[in-house]
Amino acid sequence: MTSTVHIDVHHLTRVEGHGNIIVNVTDGAIEKCEWQVPEAPRFFESMVRGRHYSEVARITSRICGICAVGHTLASVKATEDALGIEISEQSLKLREILKHAENADSHVLHAYILVAPDLAGAPSVFPLVETMPDVVARALRLKRLCHEWGSLIGGRTTHPTTVVPGGMAEVPTNKQLAELKQKLVAAVPDLEATVETVAALAPSIPAFDRPTEYLALSSDDAYAVYAGEIQSVLPDGTKQRYPVADYRLVTNEFVVPQSTAKYTKNKLDSYAAGALARFNNNYDMLVPEAKKAAEALGLQPICTNPYMNTVAQVVEVVHSVYDSLRLIDELLETGVKLEPLAQPTKHGRGIESVEVPRGILFHEYDYDAEGICQGANCIIPTNQNHNNIQHDFNVLVPQLLAADKSEDDMELALSMLVRAYDPCISCSTHVLDVKFVR
Amino acid sequence: MSKPKVAFFDFACCEGCQIEMTNYGAEPFLELLKHVEIVEFREAMTETTTEPIDIALIEGSFTREADRARLMEIRKRAKIVIAYGQCATTGGINALKNHQTDYKQFVYGTDSDLPHLDSKKAYGVDHVIKVDYYAYGCPVNKYEVLQILLHLLHGKEPVIPNYPVCVECKRRETVCRFDEGDYCMGMVARAGCGAPCPAAGIPCEACRGFVDDPNLAAFEKVLVERAGFTPQRAAEKGRMFTANALEAS
Repeated sequence: MTSTVHIDVHHLTRVEGHGNIIVNVTDGAIEKCEWQVPEAPRFFESMVRGRHYSEVARITSRICGICAVGHTLASVKATEDALGIEISEQSLKLREILKHAENADSHVLHAYILVAPDLAGAPSVFPLVETMPDVVARALRLKRLCHEWGSLIGGRTTHPTTVVPGGMAEVPTNKQLAELKQKLVAAVPDLEATVETVAALAPSIPAFDRPTEYLALSSDDAYAVYAGEIQSVLPDGTKQRYPVADYRLVTNEFVVPQSTAKYTKNKLDSYAAGALARFNNNYDMLVPEAKKAAEALGLQPICTNPYMNTVAQVVEVVHSVYDSLRLIDELLETGVKLEPLAQPTKHGRGIESVEVPRGILFHEYDYDAEGICQGANCIIPTNQNHNNIQHDFNVLVPQLLAADKSEDDMELALSMLVRAYDPCISCSTHVLDVKFVR
Repeated sequence: MSKPKVAFFDFACCEGCQIEMTNYGAEPFLELLKHVEIVEFREAMTETTTEPIDIALIEGSFTREADRARLMEIRKRAKIVIAYGQCATTGGINALKNHQTDYKQFVYGTDSDLPHLDSKKAYGVDHVIKVDYYAYGCPVNKYEVLQILLHLLHGKEPVIPNYPVCVECKRRETVCRFDEGDYCMGMVARAGCGAPCPAAGIPCEACRGFVDDPNLAAFEKVLVERAGFTPQRAAEKGRMFTANALEAS
């Protein structure tokens, strides 16, 4: 058994935002085993106070550059909830396509650029430009496709412009939608090749199981990404739903004595959010093509290996493409036209949620009679995963020590575990950074 | 001749401008890699370097003293520093809290005095180091970044627009937001984006900052007289992406 280990990964690479991994083991005793978050706090919830409701989503979109679409949608939905605004069926469908585009976009980036180098034994995607040129070209092609897909609906993907309280400020033409459909259909061979590539790399994914609670939006109508109720599934398959308005009762943000990062938990010591949590909760609602991809990749619900989150993301990319094709067909059947924005009917508090690439996201706002924001609360998925990552560390580190792993192997295993969660730390409006004395 | 070494660094921001760098598509990006060597880019690569850098692209704001040394170290190593994205060029959205005094208490409550929450006013990185070129925008215009890099690779001076967004709306024949009953910041906002927002039916929020020497008194007057803003809302309007310029005016 490995007896002395000192791991200090300062600013873990290939993750969004800044995080550290610290493990100290002396003579077989684990003295410290921590996932730390030193991101510069940015105070968005304070910034939106005093701003008009039309500006709020444009501000909170800037919480995150990868899930900007998700923050915009959660924000606009919560504002619409607060102001009693009902959007049209057409706006709903366009926003669903946009949500799919973001999830696929982020998952492609994560699987190909952030995770694949580990599985291919490279420090980054750049050496792979020489050794696996086809795979890199496919990654860039898919990334570009997702960017065009989201930009057509949202105006752009980083801080979308068209999604506003009351509906959509601009809509694509029927011709543009038909072209998007063609592009998505043309990408199917790339999707199939992606599944093949990941299946070939899958033996390099570490075998590690830690049953936990999985939290995701869930709906009887669809594989929930844009709307639904909060659902928890336990490792034994027990499910429970909660209204989104009760999110504070489910997330239970709390401060732990050894770290000031706010953690969350519900039924167990911690819970996971993200692609694997959605897959475990909502597998039945996946389109057949996505279920087929899951089968090819050896992924079944309820999967309790957190490293498999990346595989679940690939399954979701397939789902998002096919579900968007369905939505585009429905829109083309009736034809898309620019609609007037629905107007506020009341004011007060609104709470809403969407599934962003990394999991369930909550936004809450209060507005006065003039439509001026009085307060806000945002709980982002990476925050909800920090506690689960720490609990994974607590189980994984002793296993790695018992297996006589070298310090380098342990560092890689822990880095890969954090990367599997695809943490989005800039998002972490509630994360407090921590300075530990070594 | 070896390829110029390019490195990407990030400070307080959403990292969306980095993400824009992944959206060029296969051909432009692989072509760019033929002409530059990317030596550091934490979000995409594990490799780092302590060697001199030809071009450093810095994203994100300066918001805490702890980041001063890192910025100065980058400046020392880099021949050319480009601030890219609004957080790095002017402080961007992060500066929206600069006029508040209770932001820590509001977000972190009783935990707000903890030392690691040290966050002061947000500024562009030129608050600490000399910046050679500015690529404005929230998010940055990825093609403008490419243009700046191409100019530098060819030994030319990049041209950064210093005229208002109104010019670009006129060029693309977009109906003025004020004529639609809306407001807009285009008259004082720095162009270079191609004015996509008014064309998409929403106001310009000046996400690329102000033009040099904007007429803010006239701007506030127009907001009140043509968009029906209260004088207070008109005075506060410029805080979203241009808070530092508003304070300085």
